[in-house]
Amino acid sequence: MQSQTIDPAKTELNHHHAAEASVGHHEEHPDHRLFGLYVFLIAEGMIFMGLFGAYLAFRATLPVWPPAGTPELELLLPGVNTINLISSSFVMHNADTAIKKNDPRGARIWLAITALMGATFLVGQVYEYTHLEFGLTTNLFASAFYVLTGFHGLHVTIGVLAIVAVLWRSRTPGHYSNEKHFGIEAAEIYWHFVDVIWIILFGLLYLL
Amino acid sequence: MTQAQLQETANIPALLEEPGVRKWQDFFGFQTDHKVIGIQYLVTSFIFYCIGGVMADLVRTELRTPEVDFVTPEVYNSLFTLHATIMIFLWIVPAGAGFANYLIPLMIGAKDMAFPRLNAVAFWMIPPAGVLLIASLVVGDAPDAGWTSYPPLSLVTGQVGEGIWIMSVLLLGTSSILGSINFLVTLIKMRIPSMDIHKMPLFCWAMFATSSLVLVSTPVLAAGLILLSFDLIAGTTFFNPTGGGDPVVYQHMFWFYSHPAVYIMILPFFGAISEIIPIHSRKPIFGYKAIAYSSLAISFLGLIVWAHHMFTSGIPGWLRMFFMITTMIIAVPTGIKIFSWLATMWGGKIRLNSAMLFAIGFVGTFVIGGISGVMLAAVPFDIHVHDTYFVVAHLHYVLFGGSVLGIFAAIYHWFPKMTGRMVNEFWGKVHFALTIVGLNMTFLPMHKLGLMGMNRRIAQYDPKFTTLNEICTYGSYILAISTFPFIINAIWSWLYGEKAGNNPWRALTLEWMTTSPPAIENFDRTPVLATGPYDYGLERANEGVPLSDPNPILSGGPNSVLRAEPDPAVAANPEDRK
Repeated sequence: MQSQTIDPAKTELNHHHAAEASVGHHEEHPDHRLFGLYVFLIAEGMIFMGLFGAYLAFRATLPVWPPAGTPELELLLPGVNTINLISSSFVMHNADTAIKKNDPRGARIWLAITALMGATFLVGQVYEYTHLEFGLTTNLFASAFYVLTGFHGLHVTIGVLAIVAVLWRSRTPGHYSNEKHFGIEAAEIYWHFVDVIWIILFGLLYLL
Repeated sequence: MTQAQLQETANIPALLEEPGVRKWQDFFGFQTDHKVIGIQYLVTSFIFYCIGGVMADLVRTELRTPEVDFVTPEVYNSLFTLHATIMIFLWIVPAGAGFANYLIPLMIGAKDMAFPRLNAVAFWMIPPAGVLLIASLVVGDAPDAGWTSYPPLSLVTGQVGEGIWIMSVLLLGTSSILGSINFLVTLIKMRIPSMDIHKMPLFCWAMFATSSLVLVSTPVLAAGLILLSFDLIAGTTFFNPTGGGDPVVYQHMFWFYSHPAVYIMILPFFGAISEIIPIHSRKPIFGYKAIAYSSLAISFLGLIVWAHHMFTSGIPGWLRMFFMITTMIIAVPTGIKIFSWLATMWGGKIRLNSAMLFAIGFVGTFVIGGISGVMLAAVPFDIHVHDTYFVVAHLHYVLFGGSVLGIFAAIYHWFPKMTGRMVNEFWGKVHFALTIVGLNMTFLPMHKLGLMGMNRRIAQYDPKFTTLNEICTYGSYILAISTFPFIINAIWSWLYGEKAGNNPWRALTLEWMTTSPPAIENFDRTPVLATGPYDYGLERANEGVPLSDPNPILSGGPNSVLRAEPDPAVAANPEDRK
């Protein structure tokens, strides 16, 4: 009877709860972070949907789009950048595969390459900004171009920072393993999200 | 071992003596306990209700006479802008989140929310945002373009004030999104194994619908505000026609959030009323699934009706038709709820306590607001009364007569659970009487004013509207007075009220199966359901133990949370079902 009242496992859970404060009732599902991340990305996606919707609305209301006098966009640099970003998603996936095979060294290498590719994308974007022949307030298209790509660039920056953070944490041996790799998985999912948004954005701004 | 010793061992220290959370100081700090956060939300939002209420009374005082004689027109504009912003974003929405925080884990048998620290972060965005907004009034450049902040007006009046408004609303929106992520994950992932979704209390269903709505619509407002802030600060012209922009795009983005926002503000209280009515009628709820799914229907339909706010903005005729029809369809799921509540009360043994009075008041006044809503959905009628006091009357019947009465009903209903004390029923009823008189006196004449053609958001009006405006103004004073019995009652009862016990209402939902106020991690073991949440008067409830409790030691002790106490006079009598 007494053994039922003082359950060491439960007490331990309580301690854990006090320290970590994120453990739910279901021991079989100790965390819901991955699901939470997906729910969060719905909200993120809706911000972009709002911006895309506004862009399409401006486009639909103006008779000429982009407005007359807007310099033609170069496709070479952003095209290379797009290929770079899409490839980086595959590289990132390798990191995830590696850690699931319990190969933290491999995961670190793939993570580092992804971070590098992400940084390259950002450098490319900044280079493009400095060479464009229109500014933020030139016309409606220019404003939308800078705000949309800039907002996406902000997300790429967050993604790179997340990957660097995961990389930094993984310097501790055993921090990530085939059983415990939420950080890597979350960074991967976020990175794919950023990638998908870019594909839509690229289509809207450069191709359509 | 003696019984007392066993009792002592049963009180696992980690459960009952975890440092702090019960001390009053803890309500002023960063705590991760969902119950503390829930009360933080409720108290904070109530403070903003009082501030927003004072602003409303200042607006009404100005409108007591046709001339501009109480405040300057500039201050008047800021007052109604801040009143609306505060009441929506800092009172009703956070109050709903407060109840959700407090109740969801208890109702589904979880120890806490899925992400307790995120929960605390979400709450702590609210006080700074509110202080920022109100401080703008003190520094002399308060937002004054109305709570909708329509460009181009919002781009030409007070720049700093508009910036403050955007910043504050973005913070509050972020808080709201983070909260709803937490609610969704908690509701989906953390229910006890024996609770499938069709045994979930209706409040949880309502919060599921609300959170989904927040998740989808709030980010679009954020996108709109990002573009608006670029117009304001960086000189872009997204919404400024002088540079080729289109202000109507802002209206679309704004209402894509702000129309669903009215459901974000009412659905949680639909949920609360669905809890309160069956408990105090001692009857099973009528149409559980209909109520549950109508919440989802409302949140879906709520997303596709936003342009009914823009019938006079120059949108094409066929689009008006679409939005008129979809808007009117929302009356169907709402009507399902109303009739289900009435059918639940029909033939029940109704306890007319403060919670139930507010719930009945909610149903009555909300129906008036709902009907004027259907009227406004009709394009020709809307064009006639657009931006008049008819709209003001409608929205106040829905938001005050609906949400605010719902908040008070929920506070009276869950007060014993949150504080362990009963409220004083007499003063609760005084509060109810003053509120219902004040509310109808303030807002009923506005229908007439609107039909007569009085514009909203004006400080000066035609003298022929004077009498009705005087009635409205005195009604608003009654509403202000009605708050005092509530505040005094709440504080006094919290300190000295009669001890409530675990389950004073003899309710069957899980939150009543733990101590009042609940221990740190809510339940000392995973509860197991034996009855549905609303099986009042059913024979199954005769067995009296909705939660199986194999452990005799924990039963009957101070920490005995798993024993239901069915009302012997009511639940045991199958006749009550009739």
